[in-house]
Amino acid sequence: MRIVVQAAPLNLGAETNTFAANAKGAGAIVTFTGLVRDNGGTLTAMEIEHYPGMTEKAIATITTEATTRWSLTDALVIHRFGRLAANEPIMMIATAALHRTNAFAAAEFLMDYLKSRAPFWKKEISASGAKWVAAKDADETALNRW
Amino acid sequence: MINVIYFAWVRERIGLPRERIETNAATVLDLIDELSAREARYAAAFADRASLRVALDQKLSSFDAPLIDVQEVAFFPPMTGG
Repeated sequence: MRIVVQAAPLNLGAETNTFAANAKGAGAIVTFTGLVRDNGGTLTAMEIEHYPGMTEKAIATITTEATTRWSLTDALVIHRFGRLAANEPIMMIATAALHRTNAFAAAEFLMDYLKSRAPFWKKEISASGAKWVAAKDADETALNRW
Repeated sequence: MINVIYFAWVRERIGLPRERIETNAATVLDLIDELSAREARYAAAFADRASLRVALDQKLSSFDAPLIDVQEVAFFPPMTGG
């Protein structure tokens, strides 16, 4: 299990290759990447704030639960903070398991929980000003399926 | 003494990221009432409780939780990770 919270850009290819190279004993890897939406070209930048200390702990708790529930052989979560441009990767996860069903399910679980239980806050900057992204009710109800 | 930390629009409305507070508040709600009574900017930040979350010593908690032995209280809006 590897958890990284960083300001630096994400190298999706390098991270995926390293994860795959170390996935001994696995039969499937699922990766997910979240990008900064450009909102139809109106977005200037996205600023992501987080709670250093709690962020790492919260992600570790969620990832440990996913690992146990779906017998993952390994898991990776990288989440960025700071100022990001449109279309840049915000975060990525990777799950490795013996079979794909578990790798897919664990990845969905991780994303649902990271969305509303990892202490990050997004602010969208556009020509008309800055606006904090509001959490959606659907994000909270998505947790009920687990 | 207790460390109180604010994030996102809670931080912006109060106008500072963290502070150390001398308080006898027994619960999170007591602390919110105490801070809200201080100044309008606190009252504005804490007005809509439904859009507020609280963490005690970096663990998500509830407003009726006791503050005994707590070192760090954080107030923030619902999280928007991922």
